[in-house]
Amino acid sequence: MALLQISEPGQAPDPHQRRIAVGIDLGTTHSLVAAVRHGVAECLPDAQGRVLLPSVVRYLDGQKRQVGYEARAHQAEDAADTVASAKRLMGRRLADLKDAAQLPYRFVDQPGMVAVDTRQGLKTAVEVSAEILATLRQRAEDTFDDDIFGAVVTVPAYFDDAQRQATKDAAQLAGLNVLRLINEPTAAAVAYGLDHGSEGLYAVYDLGGGTFDVSLLRLAKGVFEVVATGGDAALGGDDFDHRLAAWALQQSGRSAVSAMDKGALQMAARRARETLTDHATTMLHCPLDDGDLRIELTREQLETLTQPLVERTLAALRKVVRDARVQRGEVLGVVMVGGATRMPAVRRAVAEFFGADGPSRVLTDLNPDEVVALGAAIQAHALAGNAQDDQLLLLDVIPLSLGIETMGGLVERIVERNTTIPVAKAQEFTTYQDGQTAMAIHVVQGERELVADCRSLARFELRGIPPMAAGVARIRVSFQIDADGLLSVSALETVSGVMASVVVKPSYGLADDQVAQMLRDGFAHASEDMQLRALREARVDADRLLLATQSALRSDGELLSAAQRQDIESLMATLREVVAGDNHDAINAAVEALAQGTEEFAAARMNRGIRQALAGRSIQDV
Amino acid sequence: MNIDDDDFTLFALPERFAVDLAQLDRRWRELQTEVHPDRFAAQGAAAQRIAMQWSVRVNQAYQRLKDPLKRAAYLCERRGAPVNAERNTAMPREFLMQQMAWREALDEAQDAAAMQALDARVAAQEQALLGRLQASFDEHNDVAAAAEQLRALMFVARFRQDVEQRLDALES
Repeated sequence: MALLQISEPGQAPDPHQRRIAVGIDLGTTHSLVAAVRHGVAECLPDAQGRVLLPSVVRYLDGQKRQVGYEARAHQAEDAADTVASAKRLMGRRLADLKDAAQLPYRFVDQPGMVAVDTRQGLKTAVEVSAEILATLRQRAEDTFDDDIFGAVVTVPAYFDDAQRQATKDAAQLAGLNVLRLINEPTAAAVAYGLDHGSEGLYAVYDLGGGTFDVSLLRLAKGVFEVVATGGDAALGGDDFDHRLAAWALQQSGRSAVSAMDKGALQMAARRARETLTDHATTMLHCPLDDGDLRIELTREQLETLTQPLVERTLAALRKVVRDARVQRGEVLGVVMVGGATRMPAVRRAVAEFFGADGPSRVLTDLNPDEVVALGAAIQAHALAGNAQDDQLLLLDVIPLSLGIETMGGLVERIVERNTTIPVAKAQEFTTYQDGQTAMAIHVVQGERELVADCRSLARFELRGIPPMAAGVARIRVSFQIDADGLLSVSALETVSGVMASVVVKPSYGLADDQVAQMLRDGFAHASEDMQLRALREARVDADRLLLATQSALRSDGELLSAAQRQDIESLMATLREVVAGDNHDAINAAVEALAQGTEEFAAARMNRGIRQALAGRSIQDV
Repeated sequence: MNIDDDDFTLFALPERFAVDLAQLDRRWRELQTEVHPDRFAAQGAAAQRIAMQWSVRVNQAYQRLKDPLKRAAYLCERRGAPVNAERNTAMPREFLMQQMAWREALDEAQDAAAMQALDARVAAQEQALLGRLQASFDEHNDVAAAAEQLRALMFVARFRQDVEQRLDALES
């Protein structure tokens, strides 16, 4: 198809060149950016040739910030103002943090999400993550010497709606156009599966710095279907380090009280743990306020200390295998993701779990630090319309059940976990009092029976129900979850037609206008002229839509009547005219007009596409 | 092919209870390959909206056809005998007796092995019931009988869910 495209006068000869899409793995300890170049996904290095960016942001006096290695170098001495592992704070309240006391930060609890009090004021994980994402965006722009069209950002499969929304907000704050949020294990499977041309049932075991995920996927002809997913959003390599640090203190009969000590010890523990991957013994060495701490440590000791953590990951594996209703032996291979899976004890435990009664292989040939970013890059490349063959499709699931609160603080589930997205589900409820004219709707996420044990996502009210006897009103609550796994909810009283709806946003409430405000404030790209940027983005959108429409007219134009075709062509002409000008609002309006004007055409094309797919299949079958 | 077509038409399957699951899965992947929003990511908001509607519709039909109980309820409804499980809970006496026996066995089960053994017994019963349900739909065309068998199967499914929850609780 691409060969047949003839460019319009005045357009760049190859518009694909401009559509640079990246995959970003926003990790707890490290983040990476990758892109498909010359047909191959690769991680983009910084000026020093390093692909990993430590997920650490240090807030200095004034408005200065350090991100990455520079920040991490000062982490021990400036622990309270150097935020690491911000991912664990994403969409969380202070009460959600089990290990808050061990962390060196001045936490301030806020409705919706905890913040860290720094020299530069309160910072939420969204803002910290935005710094990291903006740094990676800059790296990609420097690499290509061009703007980034869009990004696929990965999240742990087990992230709930609040955590996903927070991640998307952070990306927007960093000036990224989010093409899609995808789950980390799914991204790893894409990177792995496309590399190896695998088919069948695979598991992804992803033990990152701060999260643990496990997913089962079925791979067939470029379709990656997530069958079941699970994990523990608060378990990762960091926890292994915590255990080790606590043990070292206990052994030496000392205590690390200052923030600096806590930070230093945590880092020393990580170094020791990493060394024990290739060595039988090591020295855990850490300078503390009251003198150096030195303790000899063997791999066996490490494994005994952290065995309960490994066991927790195996419990999650068991649960996912049961959820998927498959036998362990059906799993053909296990993709290992995350630096913590380098630990021999982890590899051994996973191999034993699957190996006993099946042909499973533990797959470690792709770099466990990079595999997620590589998969995200491949998906970004495809979503941007650059992929040569159209065979990649991800069918992901919702990781946690969604429901609403009913009488007595109980949860009525509306969408069960592991349901393929996008999905819409509706359920009817009724009033319990005579003459009730309003209904409070409380949306929750989780597997427990009691509302108190689930995560509260949103509350809204349906008002103006006409007074009726109890039980007569019919209130239809509809959940819709889009392909990013993000939720919107609406409620409709079907007798009277009264309606209310809410797009579920975490209640820490980075509303769109707040994000816009922060962008205006120059966050993350202070030097950039926002007007110019908006214009450039509007033009890219316009070019995209014009190209897509043109190609649709060429391939399916006969679906339109002459009048319909003329309408579309005149909308295109209008858009071409305004694109030549420099009013981005006018361009956006013309884009929207053309988009609306082609909606029916798009529906007709899709119907035909499906009919053709049907016809193709019945020929094969006969 | 329309978004409002019934599930069987959408999936090009004969309208009956017995379904070729491999064909259903293949067909689902085929349809999603056509309609998923990711296919239209470069084509603007309007195409995204329509793709989303289609994709949701395809997933809805797939989930209904894949799950034998949902499929049976759908067939009952289409054949004019909706199950109304919430309102109609009358069950034959012997079935209720068996349910009580199972509940007692579950309460007495101390460990995972005992629960799994119980679950295996119940699963066998479930298979037998499913066989009868299929005969009611596809051989005898007896929707009333099918509806009653379906209600029994819903009890069984709920019981198996409880067993699963107990197993989960044991592990955590």
